Amino acid sequence: MIPLSHYLILSATLFAIGGAGVFLRKNLITILLSVEIMLNAVNLTFVAFGRYAGNLDGQIITFFVMTVAAAEAAVGLALVIALFRHRESLNPDAFTSLKW
Amino acid sequence: MEAYLRPAVIGVMIFVVFNLLIVASAILVLAERKIMGFMQQRYGPYLVGPHGMLQPIADILKLVFKEELRPKGADKLLFTLAPILSIVTAFVAFATVPFGAETTFFGLLDEPIKLGIADINVGVLVIFAVTSMGVYGIVLAGWSSNSKYSLFGGLRASAQMISYELSYATALAAVLILPNVPSLSLRDVVDAQAGYFSGWLSVVPHWFVFLQPVGFIIYVIAGVAETNRAPFDFPEAEQELVAGYNTEYSSVRFALFPQAEYINMVTMSAVATDLYLGGWHGPFLPVEYGWIWFLVKVGIILFTYIWVRWTVPRYRYDQLMKFGWKWLFPAAVLNLIATAALVLYFNA
Amino acid sequence: MPETVVFYLFAGLAVGASALVIGQRNPMYSVLLLIASFGALSGLYVLLDAPFVAVAQIIIYAGAIMVLFLFVVMLLNAPKEDAAEWDRTHPLRVPGVARWGTLLAGLLIVQLAMALTAIRDLGAPVGSRTDALTVSSVSDLGRVLFTRHTFAFEATSILILVAMVGAVVLARRESEQ
Repeated sequence: MIPLSHYLILSATLFAIGGAGVFLRKNLITILLSVEIMLNAVNLTFVAFGRYAGNLDGQIITFFVMTVAAAEAAVGLALVIALFRHRESLNPDAFTSLKW
Repeated sequence: MEAYLRPAVIGVMIFVVFNLLIVASAILVLAERKIMGFMQQRYGPYLVGPHGMLQPIADILKLVFKEELRPKGADKLLFTLAPILSIVTAFVAFATVPFGAETTFFGLLDEPIKLGIADINVGVLVIFAVTSMGVYGIVLAGWSSNSKYSLFGGLRASAQMISYELSYATALAAVLILPNVPSLSLRDVVDAQAGYFSGWLSVVPHWFVFLQPVGFIIYVIAGVAETNRAPFDFPEAEQELVAGYNTEYSSVRFALFPQAEYINMVTMSAVATDLYLGGWHGPFLPVEYGWIWFLVKVGIILFTYIWVRWTVPRYRYDQLMKFGWKWLFPAAVLNLIATAALVLYFNA
Repeated sequence: MPETVVFYLFAGLAVGASALVIGQRNPMYSVLLLIASFGALSGLYVLLDAPFVAVAQIIIYAGAIMVLFLFVVMLLNAPKEDAAEWDRTHPLRVPGVARWGTLLAGLLIVQLAMALTAIRDLGAPVGSRTDALTVSSVSDLGRVLFTRHTFAFEATSILILVAMVGAVVLARRESEQ
């Protein structure tokens, strides 16, 4: 059987990869993809702890996290489309008009 | 010896099913052209073999010996990956469908073996999941061909498939509410349809199509739309978009797309048989030979697919989407609510 | 023994695919690699005795959200480079970013791992705490979801409705006045 720590280290790695993607990439769509990686890492942690504790709460929370991730991806991508129509660019550095 | 017999039998079963699916798609090509011919008062393919029975072999030989083309601007990896995705998801979807009762193969095995490649306890959802992965084959084919017609065909086909998946899943969910269904496994759904109704209806078998007629119709219509068959085959219609998402494909890569479509048809028919028409339960044969009834029922549904294709005209794309969202999905939701209400009322 | 092999296989696939996602220049390849990563995670959920979550992961993430991403990438014809035109280096190879960004990501992994494993009794294998709950069935999940968590369920459905309306409104072209 696989110790719980293995699952936790795996999800920590995935979370860090997602976080690195959010900070390091300069493409709006890749940033959104990295956010999805982070949400998945969190899902894995929940399910692993739920199994470890022996009840269903981990899976229930996962249900809600997935739903919220779907809603957030939909709205985020709609925003990306609207932004692209204005500036013809997917680089977040192109949207600087609110800087003083 | 005994310990190796069971895996060997399972291996033989997997081999047989795999090859039968490929042969089935070839037979369906022939059946479609012959039935189309007879409906149009002509003979269909007639020259190759007796009454044209060997026509699929000629078709396959022709396709294999064609030249493999790839457009210049096409994405190398995705262009080859798309038909692979289509065919793999088509095969995997059929792997979760049970097609017979438990049998010991006339005493060959000690314990009975279930006839079906995999029996997953959430089997109904797995079929749904794998068919939603089938969208990727089509949309990647359209995108990676780097051509207008392919892109439009691919986008339209995938938008149609994901729209009709909703009605498909809701009709499926209504079956799972019915009282005797203990879990999401397809084998349990079929076993809940054994036997006959009680009382004055005792000649009617306990199939779910009699409990859920609206759901069955919704499921079949959504299944026809999911597999991009007529009358919902606008994205690949010859008159409209050259050939849709598989315009730029040739030879073996092309051959995989219609094969995936036919195997998807077989899977949809098999799932409809398992969910609504009682699977392998039938009147005269003992239940070990139930797979014969299964094949008969799947054959009837496949004939209906071909019959509908060559009888009704094609839907225009906006009519298709309007029908899927404004008529079929509300009907499926109402069916689900009505089923839930009736189950509560009669089991109160 | 086969469980360990399967775990390492899926874990390696998930980490490798995710690392490639953030390293790819072409957003189409990123989306496809992320689908592979989600498939690996789904396998891990099956190992954790959560078949419904595994199938829901494929249906929702790999089958719906990623299709949405794919459509948006195709609609916007997302450019393959996200560096400036005169600058041909890969974005993750820019010197400051490459050195310090990778170092910080590594530090984050180490910190998270230390924090998460500092709880005592974590070496015990998953699932050894109880033997009453084996493979959870969907009816158990449904029962708990619709009785104890009804409010959260209803709130989530309103959230999805709001997101649907918002996405349609935001992505609409401005009509000619």
